[in-house]
Amino acid sequence: MNEIYTLLDILLPFDWAHYTFMKHAFLAILCITPLFGLLSTMVVSNRMAFFSDSLGHGAFTGIAIGVLLGAVSPLLSLIVFSIAFAVFITYIKNKSTASTDTIIGVFSSTAIALGLMIMSRGGGFNKFSSFLIGDVLSITVEDLQALVFVVLLVLVGWAVLFNRLLVLSINSAFARSRGISTFCVESMFAAMLAVVVSISIQWVGILIINALLVLPAAAARNVTNNVKSYQLLSVAIALTAGIAGLLLAYYFNMAAGATIVVLSAIIFFVTLLLKSRFVR
Amino acid sequence: MFKNIMHHRASSCSDCAKLCCTKIEDFRVKIGNLTIFEDVNLHLHCGQLTALIGPNGAGKSTLLKAILGEVAHTGSLQYTAADGRRKGQPIIGYVPQYLRFDVSAPISVMDIFLACLTEKPVWLTSGRKMRPRILKNLARVHAEHLIDRRLGALSGGELQRVLLALALDPLPDLLLLDEPVSGVDQNGLELFYEILAELREQEDMSILLISHDLNMVARHADQVVLLNKAVVTSGTPEEVFADKRTRQIFGLLAGFQQETQGGNA
Repeated sequence: MNEIYTLLDILLPFDWAHYTFMKHAFLAILCITPLFGLLSTMVVSNRMAFFSDSLGHGAFTGIAIGVLLGAVSPLLSLIVFSIAFAVFITYIKNKSTASTDTIIGVFSSTAIALGLMIMSRGGGFNKFSSFLIGDVLSITVEDLQALVFVVLLVLVGWAVLFNRLLVLSINSAFARSRGISTFCVESMFAAMLAVVVSISIQWVGILIINALLVLPAAAARNVTNNVKSYQLLSVAIALTAGIAGLLLAYYFNMAAGATIVVLSAIIFFVTLLLKSRFVR
Repeated sequence: MFKNIMHHRASSCSDCAKLCCTKIEDFRVKIGNLTIFEDVNLHLHCGQLTALIGPNGAGKSTLLKAILGEVAHTGSLQYTAADGRRKGQPIIGYVPQYLRFDVSAPISVMDIFLACLTEKPVWLTSGRKMRPRILKNLARVHAEHLIDRRLGALSGGELQRVLLALALDPLPDLLLLDEPVSGVDQNGLELFYEILAELREQEDMSILLISHDLNMVARHADQVVLLNKAVVTSGTPEEVFADKRTRQIFGLLAGFQQETQGGNA
């Protein structure tokens, strides 16, 4: 870690970069925002905005269960529960004839209620309220290590899944006719989302994490015409908003997650205005 | 119309053994307590265009999805190649109703071909190597000029042709088309049927087409199947359209007989 600190000191000779917690936050943003950028493209294209929202709620229950079990590490219980939750919703969604948003609504509200029920037991909810808003300055070295691992995992998964997801996003019957197992691809994507949401929820916060899974791609698709530029721009927007948001939050003493979301939203509205100039 | 002489025009079980053909036997789809269709037996011969007609809710789209394996069904599907060397599951190409496609995302025609044809993620590859193959595929449906266009910027007819080109790589034994004519202008429609006729003759594939345009069916189909929860009647267009039950289901279609006789020569 020390080499990285020294490197950062050389590269970023600014006031804010002197603090170790800011170095950690900076590295975390550098790792996680490109993932949000990438994943958001398919969240938006596959109309999964509501689904990704429910993942945050599921993660809330995951934290609660982790606390209840006590013995296992909270992050592990969170990740395992979130993946199970995501795959289960995908399964029910494919099996049931009820509309998707109804099913997600049911699971999402059940999850958050269950989480609240467990956490509020004995009147100690206050210590969990940080999960609602998130704290990007609380990142530890262990968190960063886990994060690097997740980044590698998601990049590999993204390379393997991407083409199938792209075909699926256009039409599921067509995807099926090309030999794509829709349930398999959907659950793997859902699991990837669940892992990314789980690992970042303590910094970003449950209330706004979904914005990061929607806004970068929503902005990018306004001004791009093919998949490559869509992906690149979405990542660039997420990264820019992430770093600028962190710095603004530092100087004005605000919640970093919220600042990042507001910046992303501003970018979205700018691209919306530019839409007619770029889209053929 | 050499092909029409070569192949039997009405479906029967015996000829399926000798010729290149896809046999659909006892297909039935039940969702919950509702039977969508049952007792569907069809023989789709290579080099023939079979049109599937029927009222709304007759189970036409569901039948295609059952053939694709997307909807759970009972019954068997067996393909036999002309030389008898290959048997079993045919390679199926599918052109869904393009109206159901979500084309709002920034995806170019090239992108969607790359996504279907290669394992390399589209955001990593430049696709330069694949470009000639994609252009060749698009040339088959007279759409080379569309390669770099955004899917959302295509007209109904153009999108439909692009989807047809996609369904033709790898070249299928059986091509399924779901209502490809709805929302396409008359010129686009003619072009589409011309392309289908070319394919049928050059590639010797079976084509199963859901259509609502009975005039087009009368002019271009070799075989017509009337589906309404079960196969009501099947045979040549003349036979099916002369059938009393067809007239009952579709109502009296004035001038229909004329079209049938005039157009199919």
